[in-house]
Amino acid sequence: MPIVVKIDKCTGCETCLESCPFDAIVMKDEKAYINEFCNSCMNCLSVCPEGAIIETETEGQSEEQKQKIKDYKDVFIFAEQREGKLASVSYELLGVGRRLADELDAGLSAVLIGATAEDAGELIKWGADRAFHCGGPALDKFNDDSYAFVLTNIINEHKPAIVLAGATPIGRSFIPRVAARVRTGLTADCTSLEIDKKTGSLLQVRPAFGGNIMATILCPDYRPQMATVRPRVMKRGEYKPDRTGEIIDVKSDNINSRTEVLEFVKEVSAISVNLHETDVIVAGGRGIGGEKGVKMLEELAESLSGVVGASRAAVDEGWIPYRHQVGQTGKTVNPRVYIACGISGAVQHLVGMQSSDIIIAINKNPEAPIFNVASFGIVGDIFEIVPLLTKKVREAKGI
Amino acid sequence: MNIIVCLKQVPDTAEIKINPETNTLMREGVPSIINPFDLHALEAGIQIREQLGGKVTVLSMGPPQAETALREAVAIGADEAVLLSDKAFAGSDTWATSYTLARAIDKLGADIIFCGKQAIDGDTAQVGPETAEFLDIPHIAYVRKIEQVTDDGIRVQRLMDEGYDVVKSSLPVLLTVVKELNQPRMPSLKGKITAKKAEVKKMGMSDIEADESSLGLKGSPTQVRNIFAPESRTERRMIEGKPEEQVDNLIKELKKIKCL
Repeated sequence: MPIVVKIDKCTGCETCLESCPFDAIVMKDEKAYINEFCNSCMNCLSVCPEGAIIETETEGQSEEQKQKIKDYKDVFIFAEQREGKLASVSYELLGVGRRLADELDAGLSAVLIGATAEDAGELIKWGADRAFHCGGPALDKFNDDSYAFVLTNIINEHKPAIVLAGATPIGRSFIPRVAARVRTGLTADCTSLEIDKKTGSLLQVRPAFGGNIMATILCPDYRPQMATVRPRVMKRGEYKPDRTGEIIDVKSDNINSRTEVLEFVKEVSAISVNLHETDVIVAGGRGIGGEKGVKMLEELAESLSGVVGASRAAVDEGWIPYRHQVGQTGKTVNPRVYIACGISGAVQHLVGMQSSDIIIAINKNPEAPIFNVASFGIVGDIFEIVPLLTKKVREAKGI
Repeated sequence: MNIIVCLKQVPDTAEIKINPETNTLMREGVPSIINPFDLHALEAGIQIREQLGGKVTVLSMGPPQAETALREAVAIGADEAVLLSDKAFAGSDTWATSYTLARAIDKLGADIIFCGKQAIDGDTAQVGPETAEFLDIPHIAYVRKIEQVTDDGIRVQRLMDEGYDVVKSSLPVLLTVVKELNQPRMPSLKGKITAKKAEVKKMGMSDIEADESSLGLKGSPTQVRNIFAPESRTERRMIEGKPEEQVDNLIKELKKIKCL
């Protein structure tokens, strides 16, 4: 619903300008105007002392549209596999999908592309009522065209009300194609999903502006309502080995792809670099000083079964590869425990890690901004604290 | 080789702070910049032109002010600049934005389209792949290395969670790029002079023959219902004492949260 300024009421006081998170209000001839940046967030409406900013009416849903929306019922999740192994985000999607389906009194289906029918059976034990499986060696590898083709066909045939996928490199690459093709909305990287009790619509909450604000997104007039879901935020479904359900074999003939994956190269590292799927990240910044510091972080990470992360400074210095980088131009992570070692805490870094459950900051500068977001802070020398911590962790674990 | 690089002018999110009283963003004095990932996209485009010839066109959809970003891109090395701006585009979500960009790209024609992986204000990473879909061409997201480009195909490395895929594609293709791909160059003095005089071509709704019902707020399936400040963290605790004591206390806390 477009937001407009009633020019005759506007006094040019400029109060509204600051209320707009999108820079969508501009002053012209001492009057406020809404420009094309407007996202209809309605923040400015309550701010205007003259009540000059209003929401204009748009046509409501037509009867035909309402009827069409009613045809879409179930909840579908895209179960991701990598090299034939179910990704952990798939279990999380089954968890949130089950909850939403129960609230809507609808069924939950999982769509598995690649891997085996046996894996599809696992999806049922983890919460799905039905699992669609489209297998074949060509589908074990991820190609946008073939995955989009399979999922689009299933959506068009079965008309789900909600489709969820992981906000992983795979989900964030091909799900937009699917949404564009079926002409519906897609919300990226959601951290919370709820059903609006009044309307039955899906309320999709996601961070924006580098995590500085949260936005609730709706898709009122189109179906399905599609979202990618941030890994490690949702709880896994409940595993019931005796749960049964139907496995539907989806034919994989006539699936073409304009791209071809020639090979997958696993990057060899002392420990895994999968920052999105680990419980613990031990991250280093400029303070780690070089190779010796990296080694120290790796040892602590290993003792905690965690992964090494890095601030941009440590990557720019060439101490740690880019794929470990956390922050605005790297990855956004939210492990259970984030241990920041020798990281000062520039905003660009904070936006990538501040939603971690527990943040432990170790830095010799007591004024370092990293302490502002820390759950626990230790002012000290990382070269003293970190090895000691590794030692004590090993003792506690008996390794 | 005709190369289009999509650019977005964004507020520098690192400079944005929340006003704790009103729960709104304080954007006063926050500079507008070219989305950082898009600078890597531009660099990739320029490098291919240097290698194979052709031209690099920068394309931005946004308000008239976005012209500044386009001129900056010309100063860095783009040959032509196109500003896609129209009141009818106001309030576009990723679906409508991608549709609009695709209509314009269709008019301009391209063999390779580069986009940054995502914009730092919206962080959706959806516009690249959705634009490719509307153009009915393949795309490869998260490109971290371009191994080979010829007149009829491309081979790149795509960053994945635990490594990378080597992917080949036919042309035309749309690529979204990560920072690791290259080191963007700075504008040259000569470039800055060229940019001042450069013509920025303007395109609106009528120039791209778009379906009006697919544009702007009206064409956007998603709506922002409300925005709010993220929950702030519970009190932080500084662990004092000698290193040995600090570590012992931290171990206790790690045990409490069952991390150990």
